[in-house]
Amino acid sequence: MIPDPILKVKNLEVSFDGDKILKDLDFSVNRGDVMAIIGPNGAGKSVLFRALLGLIPYSGRVEWAKDLKISYVPQKIAIDRELPLSAGEFLRFKNKDEAIIVEALKAVGIGSEHKNDPEHYLRHVKQHVLSQRLGWLSGGQLQRVLIAWALLDNPDVLLFDEPTAGIDVGGEETIYNLLKKLHGERNMTIFLISHDLNIVYKYANNVLCLNKEMICYGVPSTVLDPSALQKLYGGEAGFYKHEHKHN
Amino acid sequence: MDSFILQLITGSLIGLGAGYVGSFMVLRRMSLVGDALSHVALPGIAIALLFSINPFFGAFTTLLSAIVLIWFLEKRTELPSETLVGIMFTVSLALGLLLTPEPELLEALFGDITKVTSIDLIITVCSVFAIFLIMSRISEKLMLGIISKEMAQAMKIPIHKLNFLFLFLVVVIVALGLKVIGTLLMGSLVIIPAAAARNTSINLTQYTKLAMLFGISSVILGIFTARYFGVETGPIIVLAAGAIFVGTLLFKK
Repeated sequence: MIPDPILKVKNLEVSFDGDKILKDLDFSVNRGDVMAIIGPNGAGKSVLFRALLGLIPYSGRVEWAKDLKISYVPQKIAIDRELPLSAGEFLRFKNKDEAIIVEALKAVGIGSEHKNDPEHYLRHVKQHVLSQRLGWLSGGQLQRVLIAWALLDNPDVLLFDEPTAGIDVGGEETIYNLLKKLHGERNMTIFLISHDLNIVYKYANNVLCLNKEMICYGVPSTVLDPSALQKLYGGEAGFYKHEHKHN
Repeated sequence: MDSFILQLITGSLIGLGAGYVGSFMVLRRMSLVGDALSHVALPGIAIALLFSINPFFGAFTTLLSAIVLIWFLEKRTELPSETLVGIMFTVSLALGLLLTPEPELLEALFGDITKVTSIDLIITVCSVFAIFLIMSRISEKLMLGIISKEMAQAMKIPIHKLNFLFLFLVVVIVALGLKVIGTLLMGSLVIIPAAAARNTSINLTQYTKLAMLFGISSVILGIFTARYFGVETGPIIVLAAGAIFVGTLLFKK
């Protein structure tokens, strides 16, 4: 396959108050890649996303291919339970067409137990999701609604900061399978930040290990060797000893 | 036009606009700012009176400088600027109390709806219409900014500019309301109806509509009650809004 770069990053640096949060990053991402960004807390993963989106000042070069539609779902959107906004209204901010919204909800696996009966499905989704306050949805449902939101305008690129934070193991699996499916169906380029090396091995074809600087970059099975992981996380951390905490 | 009808129409329109603008003040957790902001009008009114200018313009000028400050603080610090804002606004209230000539002081503090003229009505109609036009265009974007500033910015929504525009609308409605309920209490007409509406609504459409309805009801209820008992209208309007708020607690969602 001929590489078709969708993003080229050269000498990217970000500083806050004189502290270098990111230094000297060089990488490129091809169309249709699933790029995982891993690293310890405070490694600058979310900062990297913000720089890629141009939300914060940086030095160096970030070049996206032309005419891209980019969707971004930031980490931990805390929706106040009291916020008077229904899930339906939230989705309609992006697309007013109900049929398209319902289709997106179906795609992210909401109410999948009713999907074979369209009429019943519509009623179910309207009553239990669209007309509910956004802040009343469970963690898993909210995350799916956010993914649906991100998909509504058919983006070319999806940036997802810890898409499964706060979701139980089963829910996590479903969401990653969904991302994989969407990636396959729509040839979307996906960037995801994850803490979970299992996820990286299973779903990403490219990984960037980040701890303020680039520790490794490439195909997960090749670059994630014990020495890279030790350099990244310190101590004895290795793939098989890595513990996962799911709250 | 009959003076009472004039008061009712002008007052209701102000209640309507205050409810609409207030609904986003409450969502942006700016209730205290909204309340304190109205106090800034007092020194403006005082200076205008000293130089024999229309008090509306004096109030408008000081309010405008206050929102520039709030906007700047919000943009620069990302911190809730409530302490600083609280201090500055009460200080300006104190200054206004000293500067305002005594005969006008009571009216400036609590308003006097009986002095509303047909010119005021015309200004109110135009301003409230403009508020509706602008709010209906920016409310979705403001809401996205409330949910996640970064997500909104990633969608190329000019959050800071919209915030300023929004604060400007707050200034317009507060300045309009000064004549009706005064500098001390106008902030409450912006905040209380919206807070009451939030108690009882699930979605945004319901919420903004109820906030407007509660705003109008407070004013109408206040005007009639005050007339019946022969007391000042401004404080009664705020009491009416408070009563509606307590009532909505029973239906809290």
